[in-house]
Amino acid sequence: MSDLSHSTHDDGHGSVKSYLIGFVLSVILTVIPFWAVMSSQFSKPATIVLVVVFAVVQIIVHLKYFLHLDFTPTGKENTIAFLFSALIIGLVVGLSIWILYSANALMMYM
Amino acid sequence: MSSVSQAIDAHEHHEHHDTGKNTLFGFWLYLMTDCLLFASVFATYAVLYMNTAGGVSGHDIFELDYVAVETAALLLSSITYGFAMIAAHKQNRSATLGWLSITFVLGAIFIGMEVNEFHHLIANGNGPSRSAFLSSFFALVGMHGLHVTAGLIWMAVMMVEVAKRGLGNRTITRLGCLSMFWHFLDVIWICVFTVVYLLGVV
Repeated sequence: MSDLSHSTHDDGHGSVKSYLIGFVLSVILTVIPFWAVMSSQFSKPATIVLVVVFAVVQIIVHLKYFLHLDFTPTGKENTIAFLFSALIIGLVVGLSIWILYSANALMMYM
Repeated sequence: MSSVSQAIDAHEHHEHHDTGKNTLFGFWLYLMTDCLLFASVFATYAVLYMNTAGGVSGHDIFELDYVAVETAALLLSSITYGFAMIAAHKQNRSATLGWLSITFVLGAIFIGMEVNEFHHLIANGNGPSRSAFLSSFFALVGMHGLHVTAGLIWMAVMMVEVAKRGLGNRTITRLGCLSMFWHFLDVIWICVFTVVYLLGVV
């Protein structure tokens, strides 16, 4: 916040190269799960694991290359805010699903 | 440039190294709360998606090749927005406007395809009132679509601003906020196509 002297517009915004790396990785990480599901290449559980893992990796790629999250002093605040949100999201989604699936399983035939 | 406008520019510049960063951080915090909103709708979908009330399930209605094209449009729009940001930081007004226009068109293609999908579903009697699965599907995918639509309106406004006022610090801060918004929506879309479409068809 006190970097008035030099115009540091570049840091935290990425370069053409970093956007291209992010884009190519995203294409790969999108095409493979679509292909796996559309071609029914693998067993159902294996496909589910593959699809979820690729989604998580792609989210990390987007956060790093497009949203520029990192642990440098300038990017740290955003990253910490995100990690806190991720914790809350894990609680909201994970626990909701756990509770309601257990309730379903106890109350009726699935 | 007259000395007066230079002085104003210098003033804005000074101001913006302070507040621009805070604005971006504040906007990021807003996006995190938006994340929680999406998370609760995702949780709703995950809980309700099996309740099809004897109607169609995801298996019957999702067309993955169609979704793949939507995904491609949104992913391409992410990188073209990135190029618009880079052009904006280089103070290249025409390139910024060009990349923003391409991004806008790609976003509009995405929304057009989504509206078409919704129309198709509703016309076939699979509207949001048919089953809990379809209600939560329309709520989740529709909420993402509304966000993208809001982003498109914002982008149109920014194009007018860039065309009329150029790339001052304040404008760049606003473009930076829209950049985060746009990339954030792409991250949400990864979750949507994975959880709703891919896992729905597996």
